[in-house]
Amino acid sequence: MNLALRRFAQSRAVGPLGLAAAALAPLLIATPYSLNVMTSAAIFVMLAIGLNIVVGYCGLLDLGFAAFFAVGAYTSGVLSTQYGLSLVQTVPVVVAVTLLAGILIGLPTLRLRTDYLAIVTLGFGEIIRILANNLEITGGPSGIYGIPGLSFFGLGLDDPVGLYYTVLVLVAVAVLLAGRLDRSRLGRAWSFIREDEDAAEAMGVHTYRVKLAAYSAGAVWGGLAGVLFAAQMSAVSPESFRFIQSALVLMAVVLGGMGSSRGVVVGAVCISLVPELLRGIEDNRYFAFGAVLIAVMVFRPVGLWPRPSREPGRTARRSVPEPVSVRTEKVT
Amino acid sequence: MAQLIWDGLFVGAFYSLIALGYSLVYGVIRLLNFAHGDLYMLGAFFGLWLLTALGAFPATLPVLALLVVLVVVSLATGLAGVAIERVAYRPLRQAPRLSLLITAVGASFVVEYGVRIAAGPNPQVYPLRLDGEALTLFGARFTPQQLLLMGVAIALMLGLDAWINRSRDGRAIRAVALDQKAARLMGIDVDKVISRVFFVGSALAGAAGVMVGVFYGKVDFLMGFIIGLKAFTAAVIGGIGNLKGTMLGGLVLGLLESFGSYWLGGEWRDVFAFGFLILLLSVRPTGLLGAREQERV
Repeated sequence: MNLALRRFAQSRAVGPLGLAAAALAPLLIATPYSLNVMTSAAIFVMLAIGLNIVVGYCGLLDLGFAAFFAVGAYTSGVLSTQYGLSLVQTVPVVVAVTLLAGILIGLPTLRLRTDYLAIVTLGFGEIIRILANNLEITGGPSGIYGIPGLSFFGLGLDDPVGLYYTVLVLVAVAVLLAGRLDRSRLGRAWSFIREDEDAAEAMGVHTYRVKLAAYSAGAVWGGLAGVLFAAQMSAVSPESFRFIQSALVLMAVVLGGMGSSRGVVVGAVCISLVPELLRGIEDNRYFAFGAVLIAVMVFRPVGLWPRPSREPGRTARRSVPEPVSVRTEKVT
Repeated sequence: MAQLIWDGLFVGAFYSLIALGYSLVYGVIRLLNFAHGDLYMLGAFFGLWLLTALGAFPATLPVLALLVVLVVVSLATGLAGVAIERVAYRPLRQAPRLSLLITAVGASFVVEYGVRIAAGPNPQVYPLRLDGEALTLFGARFTPQQLLLMGVAIALMLGLDAWINRSRDGRAIRAVALDQKAARLMGIDVDKVISRVFFVGSALAGAAGVMVGVFYGKVDFLMGFIIGLKAFTAAVIGGIGNLKGTMLGGLVLGLLESFGSYWLGGEWRDVFAFGFLILLLSVRPTGLLGAREQERV
């Protein structure tokens, strides 16, 4: 890869440029279909950024992330259809409920190391889906429909363009916030745990509490993505929250580069747009996804657009696995 | 009551059989092989294809045909397991554990959707069924084929136990599980041992797949997913990495589910199992028979 491109990839201008591109996209194609696809992509970015906090920043593998997505979507769906709240009014409740769900599942399991956590979160995802499928309040297999669109202070924003821009702004804020978290004191503790949990503990990081913070932060991001999803679809059903969904979000994070906000945004946009562009392979795409997951991990473990190392050169070389492309450059 | 216990034990025996492979692999290289449940599914499909290829022969000698198919399918599934290890896990042996888990998820997807491409998304009907009169004992109804399948499952488990604890291979496996580096220094070919472990674990899963196909008569490409989860749950209940504990865990899980779905209704069975897993991990993370894990530096 040439130097100019790499320098551009690390520069500060990338974020605003990406946002501008997303904001200008409806001027190019503004069919209801394309707006719908773009809105879905933005919501998927939100999900991926949420999972990135858990997997990328803190190194905890969560295979049931769709559960929090479901909790958010169902909570706001139930509250808005049964109790007549507007979607915005449901947000505080959604935050509280997803936090609670995150803590509930994190408390017993975060004392364990990654493998147990991975399977337990997988089981948790299944539990939530089965609950949604069998409880009366969630509408069973047919789900909840007739969820009102987004509106702020009586100002309706539920036409496709309005919804797209609202979602875009909210997701941009969420991405920025996640980035701020990463650079905070807590974020440093997260990356310490990701790199070496024992060393972190030895240096006085309260690993359990810090991991719980990452896990519940991810849960809140996922839940808010659920609210946006409910607003876009105006209906939710258990079908949307299968293991596949969790795996796709994980895929976006891994493909983009765990821990790198830019990479994850790009990864999420790719994962949500590619199937739309290649409608024909729809059924077999998961086969390709699996193969790509393996290939990325084997040949480029840091992802397409890894996070820039903030360590000084010498120690960075020791702790970060060298990207494959750098190695080939030296040879040629 | 007796019926519930018998059903629980029967399902539990299958859980144990699949969980053994999980536990074996985990014990040796500390990897949760997500693709393990899918290897079980692959075994069921290999069996289906083989039986279809054999044509009318199995109907005349069902028990003999079943045993032949079991052996062939075990070999094929074992080789598939070795291939997965070679492609997806071995290159990452020095990498962080998280990367390994992710490739395991990838491998699981490849197997699931690979079979979907080969066999289509719809459930397939198994060509071989074992028929027999149902017997009644202590108020529980059970069929001879249940007994036969359970007998095969128990024989496989005992064989595995003897192999690990008595044979030379088993000693090498235990050495690698204890300390890979030291085992290598002692002249053990670690890669070969790990391949062998994958072979045996996957072969057991494949055998279980055929037996379930013969018993329930229907297989589909996603059947491994939930069973993989259950098998892991069983392994954790008993103490993952501990083979005897794993067998016990499978039986316990089978009984729990049998009683749970009787009391709460069948649709809550999985919720019950995973809820129990979470509960157990918070109280006793090492499982019923698991020893405290030693720090591996």
